[in-house]
Order: sequence, then C-alpha cells, then structure tokens
Amino acid sequence: MRVELRGAGGGRLGALAGLGRGGAALALPGCLLYTRTGSAPHLTRDTLRAVRGVPAVAQLTLPALAELHEVLEEYKEGAAKFIGMPDTVLYCSLQDPVTPCPSGYNTNKTVSLWGNSGRMEVTASKFMDIQRAIKPDWFQCISDGDTISGEVGRKRAKKSVDRSLSFLDICLQLLEKSPELQGSVMIGAIEGGDILEERLRSARETAKRPVGGFLLDGFQGRAMAKETKLKLIASVTAELPEDKPRIIHGIGKPDEVLECIERGVDIFESFFPFQVTERGCALSFSYDYHPNPEAAVLKQNGVQDPEKNNAEKDQDEISRADSEMTPFEIFLKDKRYQDDFGPLLEGCTCYCCQRHTRAYVHHLLVTNELLAGVLLMMHNFQHYFSFFSAIRDALRDNKLDQLKKLIFGQALQGPANAKPGQ
Amino acid sequence: MAAALPLATAASGRARRARAEVLRVAARCARSRARAGELRLPHGAVPCPVFMPVGTRGTAKGVTAAQLAALGCRICLGNTYHLGTRPGPELVQRAGGLHGFMDWPHNLLTDSGGFQMVSLAALAEVTEEGVRFRSPYGGEEILLSPEKSMEIQNALGADIVMQLDDVVSSTTTGPRVEEAMHRSVRWLDRCIAANRHPERQHLFAIIQGGLDPALRTKCLEEMTQRDVPGFAIGGLSGGEEKTCFWRMVKLSTERLPPEKPRYLMGVGYATDLVVCVALGCDMFDCVFPTRTARFGSALVPWGSLQLKNKQFAKDFRPIDADCECPTCRGYSRAYLHALLRSDTAALHHLTVHNIAYQLQLMRSVRESILAQRFPQFVRDFMRTMYGSRDKYPAWAVEALASVDIPLD
Repeated sequence: MRVELRGAGGGRLGALAGLGRGGAALALPGCLLYTRTGSAPHLTRDTLRAVRGVPAVAQLTLPALAELHEVLEEYKEGAAKFIGMPDTVLYCSLQDPVTPCPSGYNTNKTVSLWGNSGRMEVTASKFMDIQRAIKPDWFQCISDGDTISGEVGRKRAKKSVDRSLSFLDICLQLLEKSPELQGSVMIGAIEGGDILEERLRSARETAKRPVGGFLLDGFQGRAMAKETKLKLIASVTAELPEDKPRIIHGIGKPDEVLECIERGVDIFESFFPFQVTERGCALSFSYDYHPNPEAAVLKQNGVQDPEKNNAEKDQDEISRADSEMTPFEIFLKDKRYQDDFGPLLEGCTCYCCQRHTRAYVHHLLVTNELLAGVLLMMHNFQHYFSFFSAIRDALRDNKLDQLKKLIFGQALQGPANAKPGQ
Repeated sequence: MAAALPLATAASGRARRARAEVLRVAARCARSRARAGELRLPHGAVPCPVFMPVGTRGTAKGVTAAQLAALGCRICLGNTYHLGTRPGPELVQRAGGLHGFMDWPHNLLTDSGGFQMVSLAALAEVTEEGVRFRSPYGGEEILLSPEKSMEIQNALGADIVMQLDDVVSSTTTGPRVEEAMHRSVRWLDRCIAANRHPERQHLFAIIQGGLDPALRTKCLEEMTQRDVPGFAIGGLSGGEEKTCFWRMVKLSTERLPPEKPRYLMGVGYATDLVVCVALGCDMFDCVFPTRTARFGSALVPWGSLQLKNKQFAKDFRPIDADCECPTCRGYSRAYLHALLRSDTAALHHLTVHNIAYQLQLMRSVRESILAQRFPQFVRDFMRTMYGSRDKYPAWAVEALASVDIPLD
C-alpha cells in the first residue's frame, strides 16, 4: 500500500492506495468502518449497503477475534471470509475503542485483552498466532497502551515505550517467518503516555522499523489535558515519514477529529456514531461550510441564526439523556419528537431520513424496538462518513478554516438543525 | 340473544355494493381442501396461501420495511392494542396511517386488540360494552369496545381489519365459552356498523366457539349470514390439544363460504401451516418465526437450529444450503453463533432467514397446489421434517387422512 498525497493546506489530503487484493483505496483524511465481531453494529449486509460512503477499510477488534482463535484456525480461510466481508480490507486493532480496559494488567511479556468471556493474557507469540488465523490486511502490533487512566508518571510512560518496541521487534521477526501473513502490513504503535520525551523516543524508534504505518496510541479517554494531547500529537507526527499513514484511536468527536487532522493524523475510527446510536441519539451537526445566502438573508431579517439557536435547549432533554451526549446530536427519545414528522436531519439522504420521521424513531425508542438501533446506525454512519467527505472537500477547496469555525461553533452551542421558530 | 340484524345488513349492504370479492381462486387441490390463488387488496395482490409476519408495534422487529419487501412479503400485521396505546391512533393517522408511519407500501392487517384480553387477562374485565383494561404503560383505564376498536383500526388504515371478538382461552370450558360466542356475533354487527371505510378496509369476522363443535357450528351459522369480505377462525392455537384443534379448523372450513378467504389466526409452525392449508385455510399469522429468531433459533425444513449451542461454533455451513435468503448466502452457522454473543445484527440475520423460510414454504405450497401435486408435496414435506413415518405426529396424520391425503 502507498500514501498518495495531493498537497493541501492544513491537512494531508490524498488517498491510501493499493489496498487488499483488489487494489482498493481509502481517501485521506478518512475513517474506518467500526465493527463488532466483524459486523457493522446492528446492520446486516443489506442494511449496510444502503449506507452511502462506507469506507473501504473495516476495523476488527482483536478481543472479539481472539476468543474465536480456535474457530478461525480450523476455518483456515481468514477473518474476512468468516465474517462475510470477503472483499473488504481489514484492519485489526489491539483493543475495542468502546470497551473500557481496566488498568494494571500488562506485564513486560504480556498484554491483557478484554472480551465477552473476560480477560485474556496474550504474549507476542500468541498474538502472532492469532493474527495468522485472522489474516488481516493491516494490524496494530501488540503494544502496551495502558497509560490512559489518570496519573501516569515518567516511569510508567517509559515502560510503555520499552515494552512496545520490544513487542514490535519480536513480532517483526515472527512476521518474516509467517507465510500466512505475507500480504499483511504491520502498524507500529507509538506510546509514551503524556511525557513528551517518551513520545518522541517512541516515534523515532518505531519509525526506524519496517512498519507499514503508525498508530498514535494512548490518547483515548479524558485523563490527558487537551492542550497536552494536541501538542503531543503534533510533535509525534512531525517525527514520522510523510509516506506512511498515521492512524489514531479513541478520537471520534468532530471537533477533535479536525484538531488531529491539522496535526498530521490521517485515519480515525468510527466508534463515535455507534456510541451516539446506543444512547438513542442522531447526529445532527452541520458540516456544510459553504456560505449560505439564505442564512444570511434570515439573519438580516432578524430571524435567529440557527447556529446560535440553542439558548432554548431544553434542560430536561439534557438531564434525561445520557451524560455522554454531545452537542453534535439530538436525543430522539425526548418527548418533543413524539409528533415531529420531519426527517432526523433536514437534507440528509440516508435511508432513515428519506423514508422515516423523528416521530417514528421516537416511537421505536419508547417501545424498545430493535429497529431503532438499525435506523439510527444507518443515519449516524452515513452522516459521519459524509462529514469526512466534507473535510476532504474543505481541504481541496482550501476552506478548512470555515469548516473549523462551523464545527467548533457547534461544539459550544449545539446543532444547527433546529427548525426556525422552534 | 339475536343480533341487531337490520343495522348490520344495511351497513354490509353498502359495503357489498362498494367492493369486489377479495379472494380469487386459481386452483383447488383435487383431493384435499387446499386452494391457491390471490387476495385482491387495496395495496396490491397477495398470492395465497399466505403467511403474514407480525410487526406488533409498527415494525417487523429488526428488519426494515425494504428488507421485508425484498423477501417477498406483501402483507404483514400490526397490533391495534399496542399501537392504540403507544403512539396512539391520532398520531399514526397524522403520520399517514400505519402505512405512512412504517413506510410500508404493501398490505397491512390489524387485529382488533382482543387477543391481548387473553394474554393480559389479569387486567381485563369483559362486559357487553367492551373490554376494560388497565393499561400496563400508564395505569389508566381503557375501554376497548367494538366501536373503539374500529375507530382505532380506521385511523391506522390497514387493508384488512378484524372485528373485536370476545376471546376466551381455548382451554376454558363451561358457559363462559357460549357467552363469548354469542357476544362475538353481536360485536361483529357493531363492528360492521362502525367501520367508516368498508370500501378500502376489509372487515373480517372471527369465528369463535372454543372447542365445542355445537357452539362453533352455531357461531358459523350466525356469522356467515353477515356479508363480510372474509372470515377468520379464532380462539384456537392457544395450547389446546392438537386433536381438538384440527377438528375445529376442519369443521370451520366446512361451513365457511368457499369464495371467501379463511384466515387461521395465530398458526405458524410449519407442520401446522401445511396441514391447515390441506384443511382449507388461506391466511396465517404467528409471532413464532420472528420471536424464535430473537432467541437464536433458525428454522429449517427438518426442524430448527439452536445456533447458540456449542455444536455450531465450528460449523462453517450456511443455516440451509438450499435457502436463498441473504443470511444463508452470506454467513455461516459458526459466524452467527459467534455474533449472537456480541451484536444485535445476529438477531436480524436470523429474523430475515426465518421470514424467508416461512414465505418460501408458502410459495412451495402454493406452487404445488397450482401444479396439482399438493398431496405429494405434503408427503415430501413430512418426510423431510420428521425423517420416518413413526415420527409423524398422530394428529397431523389423522387430519391429512381426513382430507384424503394418506401418509402411509
């Protein structure tokens, strides 16, 4: 695989080409399709096919597959075929971004994974055994990313780097001896907690190894201060070669995505739309950065700019909804949507918005119907993938600043989709 | 007590002038009572015999309307009791009726809300007026009368609507059964009078009478005097002995007019479907296939696979190699076994398959009737399902023999 950059201001616009057997390409900056045990959450092949803009690369998470190691070994034909996605390019990450990872279990020789049946302790050797059965197109090398739960300290940060490099070297050796993984690309994980020196050391050392790409790990969660996080990300990518992709885990909110793209990150996960779905919400933020003549006229005539509309955001809505809810979404279980016959989001072309209403999805949520998850997932994925498409357009048109303004504005105030007068 | 005939006759007379016969019979089995044809309904023709999946609250569970249509479903069910309480008929009407609310372009059938009387019996008090519930959702009292049921069903706008009947469990005996039968006749007349849209919402009567041949016969005599577009056979499939069950079905089809569709309510097991088609039924509904999917069970011509069982962990075959549904074309038993532990998508795969299985079964039944080889189809079906003659359920053998399909 190869990175082809088109050179644009503010971000790395281009594509990752030559992927998989079919030579597919992943547009950059872009995201991966989040899966749970190899399935887009809630979605079968038919419903996934109805989503527009599904990325060429899907993310598998190792814990789910590690539990299926024996099964995959007997199957012999690799995870892509087993999960019913024989033509999809697969990236296998070490952990699941959605499942919390208890801290304190990694050792110098092992990393712990958390699956349905609990904890699995994995050595580098066992890790490669499992990857041989999975046969992914890319995979994150086993690494020690246990630096995200609060106070880490220099010693622990140094350990994460030492261990991860040690794992990397062992796995690269094993990779050479694994014919089953001939076509697979190893992604090196850059660790180091919140210590700049360790981060730089990890980046430089990892870059010396023959990896196909880099993963910025240990930036998940909320323990690290935002300023520190952004500074470290910029510092790390500055050390990395231009011609290899940079993946980051654990970053999903639109404003954070933009911040990372500005600092040299290429590829993100798409667990965020899944989390939005699970809390009964629909993504509703606008990424349409084109100056809107209509909105300008409305402003002139004294109608509130919808972007600033959320002073009236109902306190009840926020308190009953998930505490994790962000300003980029609406909580459809709220009573206000009971007889709202508009689409989830005006102008959205997804299956749900074209055929159903807020009232219907509200009803499905209130009556605990499974279809709620299906429809919301379809909308949330399509909206998220379209957002990335808009980012690429903005880079191409040199309008990243406008997009940033739009997104950061909503990060403070909420979505711009409220109907005028509501 | 005699029903208020004049009122019912006038209303049904208006209805009669407004509509053509719903059922068009294309072929009849030369031996048994099986018929094949189509139902002509406002939202398009429906081939029959037909199995109707149940979408209780305006959704066929985890399956989208597009997926359901792609499987070949042309009629499915909505439940008046559930939709009548949440979100309520006014809201559904504003959404364009149940069709608009679900975005379902084909046909819908709503039940009256009466069956919940039996399943939620603790909450109900039945009087001549109607059924008084205490809503499990808000605790408020609701009176479901024939008029109220029709009002809700008119708002929901289904193509076929069911009368409100006084339902008693099929295991109940004694004077309550007779009372319920007579009341159902009276309620039928009230429903006919209350149906605001007979030209586009076909009201079916529901034959009651429990397991008592005399009561059933009486009910049939009375109800067939009313001019309704179709008849349902109700009050069965509630845990009664199968030997009684099939006899009541046969008694009913014997006395129902042949040119009108017969809807056997609550029947959905494959064997029951095949036998009851032989006995002369055209339409069926049941929550079983979709419900059992959500427990990890896949229906196959030889029974069912409990995919959560360890034995499927390394079984890399599809559920059924001969099934053409999206699930069988794309996924193995082993993968579904693994997915069942982690994502709801597994339930949707199984729901899709089970609906496909039911619809394909009915398609095969229908084709065999059209080709005049239904008796052979039945023999093949039984052998595939049970393996050997000694395993065939006795009631099914008897029932089929009674309509000239011997299985020996």
